[in-house]
Amino acid sequence: MELSKFELGGTRIKQSDISKGNVLTLAVTPKLEYAWDDGVAIGRYLEELGNGKIIARKCNKCGRIMLPPRMFCELCWRATDEWVYCEDTGTVNTFSLCHVNWDASRIPEGEPLHLPAVIHIDGASPGMGILHVLGEVEPDKIKIGMKVRAVWKKPDEREGSITDITHFKPVRAARKKSKKKSGGGR
Amino acid sequence: MGQKVAIVGAGITKFVSRAQETGKELAWQASKMALDSCGLTLNDMESVSLGSAPDAFDGVHMKGEYLRDGSGGWRKPYMRHFVGGGTGVFAPIHGWFHVASGMFDTCLVVCSEKMSSVYPHPQGAFTTIFDHTTEQALDPTLIWIFALEYNRYMETYGLTKADIAPVSVKNKKNAMDHPSAQLPGEITVEDVLNSELLAWPVNRLDISPASDGAAAIVLAGEHAAKRITDKPIWIEGVGWSLDTAYWATRDLSYPRHVEKSARMAYDMAGIREPRREIEIAEPYDPFTYKELHHMEGLLLANRGEAPQLLADGVTQRDGDRPMCPSGGLLGVGNPISAAGLMKVIEIFLQLRGEADKRQVPGNPTCGLAQAWGDLMQVSTVVVLKR
Amino acid sequence: MIGKVAITGLGYTEFSATSPGTSFRELTYEAAVKAYNEVGIEPKDIDTFVCTSEDFCEGYSISDEYCNDQVGGILKPVQTITGDAIHSLATGVMLVLTGGFDIVVVQALSKLSNMKTVPNLVNFALDPVLNRPLDEHYSFVSGLGMNRFLHDGKATREQCAQVVVKNRANALSNPVAAYGADLTVDNVLDSEPVSLPVRLLDLAQVADGAIVFVLASEKVTGSLTDNPIWIKGVGWSSDSPSLESRDWGNSVATRLAGDMAYKMAGVRYPAKEIDLAEVTDEVSYKELEHIEALRLFEPGRAGLALEDGRTTSEGDLPVNVSGGDLGVGHLFEAAGAQKVMELVLQLRGTAGSRQVADAHKGLAQVWRGEPTTSAAVAVLANQ
Repeated sequence: MELSKFELGGTRIKQSDISKGNVLTLAVTPKLEYAWDDGVAIGRYLEELGNGKIIARKCNKCGRIMLPPRMFCELCWRATDEWVYCEDTGTVNTFSLCHVNWDASRIPEGEPLHLPAVIHIDGASPGMGILHVLGEVEPDKIKIGMKVRAVWKKPDEREGSITDITHFKPVRAARKKSKKKSGGGR
Repeated sequence: MGQKVAIVGAGITKFVSRAQETGKELAWQASKMALDSCGLTLNDMESVSLGSAPDAFDGVHMKGEYLRDGSGGWRKPYMRHFVGGGTGVFAPIHGWFHVASGMFDTCLVVCSEKMSSVYPHPQGAFTTIFDHTTEQALDPTLIWIFALEYNRYMETYGLTKADIAPVSVKNKKNAMDHPSAQLPGEITVEDVLNSELLAWPVNRLDISPASDGAAAIVLAGEHAAKRITDKPIWIEGVGWSLDTAYWATRDLSYPRHVEKSARMAYDMAGIREPRREIEIAEPYDPFTYKELHHMEGLLLANRGEAPQLLADGVTQRDGDRPMCPSGGLLGVGNPISAAGLMKVIEIFLQLRGEADKRQVPGNPTCGLAQAWGDLMQVSTVVVLKR
Repeated sequence: MIGKVAITGLGYTEFSATSPGTSFRELTYEAAVKAYNEVGIEPKDIDTFVCTSEDFCEGYSISDEYCNDQVGGILKPVQTITGDAIHSLATGVMLVLTGGFDIVVVQALSKLSNMKTVPNLVNFALDPVLNRPLDEHYSFVSGLGMNRFLHDGKATREQCAQVVVKNRANALSNPVAAYGADLTVDNVLDSEPVSLPVRLLDLAQVADGAIVFVLASEKVTGSLTDNPIWIKGVGWSSDSPSLESRDWGNSVATRLAGDMAYKMAGVRYPAKEIDLAEVTDEVSYKELEHIEALRLFEPGRAGLALEDGRTTSEGDLPVNVSGGDLGVGHLFEAAGAQKVMELVLQLRGTAGSRQVADAHKGLAQVWRGEPTTSAAVAVLANQ
């Protein structure tokens, strides 16, 4: 049954076929709203972010200090044991220099790129990374293995969210007090 | 194991950036072709299994119910399964449960995807794949996670983008011989490296496109298969594995879930030396680096050494270990679930010697198709034999 | 049937209108731990996992990403069924019957309290081009179905109301049910009109909860439990997805799914052989439509059987002793799991004050809710 012996379905149309009305479409915006229960572990995590602290949860069987915190250890299959505060510093495990927005549109020239990174947080077990964004750094200066520190919103602006940390910035750049803000600080 | 299961027929549509057909219509086109290809009708199908990616693409809640009539599931035992990007290769596995269990002698396996309905871009449907509390607030885009994994892979093994870009060159060239192909072409490594930078290290030509399309296969139990065709292709091994959702806590340089899924399938198929016994493979290639990453996870290359096999021409169609002879997702296109099933169909055709200009030399008898997805955490594998 | 498959372990949470202190992960974890503890297993003993979810119920695209950690399935063969939990159960049965898997976990969760616009959600399942632009409240579909059912003389409006009275009263004996209540037929008939003939009290209300089953092959069942509940048959089917071409007032899907399950289970005379049934009553009249489609009562007789008390917990064929969707709560894709769970408790003889006497063979049926025509059935027995 070689494919060449069949007439394949699938009729390609162009965006202009729609804009010119050759092909009819119907546009709808879904009206779906959610409010997720954070639960015990993430609830406390967010609360502590509001306090300007990163908190993890420890399993005394495997010894892992876990971020994001969880009330059960998925590997040992048991309840976790204690809360452990971590540092607000860490190491860049990997990063990207992102030129596009969530909807695939391009970030205009001259505007800061998005700088997502997986950051291993000091005080948590090795390999315990979180997703966040980098800032106050030239994109071409970012290196894997770089030490970074959380930049927090002012206490009265925090709302118990992962965005209470606006971004992570290089530890060294912090000491120099860089003059110009560049990169992905948002 | 239960009764043996064979693929006896296959159907596929063209993969296009925007199809005039609805998801239902695409599903019907592929299903009809699959039935026609083995001279059967829908009445001969005792069960139907559907694979399709997020409901957000179609903008329909319970999309499996919506696609049911187009997929031939009306008044039949019909079920939808879903393992993210791994769905297309999970589809024959889910169909295999139906037949291998002895509950059914035939199963129509359908994968249909209509991604273009999402505005302004299909990528928007992926924003809600991230953890709603700890990640979505950062406005992540889908490309982030793959760029992060790609970068980690390069860093761990000291690779450069130029080592990885030839995957795109090879697959787009292979796709020139595939009648469904959306983005075939002759390009160079320079073209890949100089294409639009999306999220370093990912450029435009490192990525497979969003697509509309459908694919379908017909499965039959041992006795039925031999009555239906002289050339059944047997499902000898199936494997799948899901890693933790806490993706940022994983070692991104090596896909251990791919290895788990491969070992499961190899054990079932009695394969002890995959590099010798798997003569042809369709590893999942939504991004250039993924083909290499997956070859390593599938134990078809040493860790960090897949790029060397690529450079040596081993993975070309006429090489010792052809990878993605179809043209893969990079060349043929990526209507998510249908793209995975396209890979299964490619191995089916190659083992039957019916792959037209794409036919690899040497009359292969054993091949593998693999898909991958979720938060870089699920892998699905089937091993097929003549 | 070639081999035998048993439900050996069962874990569940309370069902409640909300569960604010618990995340979706923590809810499932609670049920999973209970199920595994019942049979003394750990995740490493489990061969494969079947989870159940629908993206827009969870609020995630690719919601199967998040099904794993809380069932202990890290780096295991875990899959998600986008259907009802009885579809997942049927997949579990197929997995065992392939001979390749001895212990299979089936998971189902409802965290619908986090979905703030449920009417829009259900509306979002309608045909996007033909139906949705009419912009009706989704319950109009229930109104169309009930009106046709009544028109065809299948039951009276009062009998439909009596379903509500029976099931919400049954739920008072179910300690994990969310909506137990003492109502009268007049309460139902006087309740707010929604999409007539459907009134507010005819409709089940949303609830949260998680249920986990441990399935096992015959080979290993003895090592897990002394009290296995055997899955004798499973079936699933549908009618047309489109509103325009379905057989209104008849649950064709339930008939087909039931017949498939009966055939597999070797049940020839359902009305005689089935001791109790748990069926979808998400809209009151659906209970009557479903038990008729399942051949438990003659066509048009289900309402009379109800009036005669035959389907109460003391009747000769109790239906929805648990309280059903009306009494326990509407659990969306976990709905079927609650029905199977009730059978397991009843057939084990551990259903407490609502225990049905001499229960040996039970039937669980689920309909996937508006606007679908999709149904699944399981026949369970304790020997």
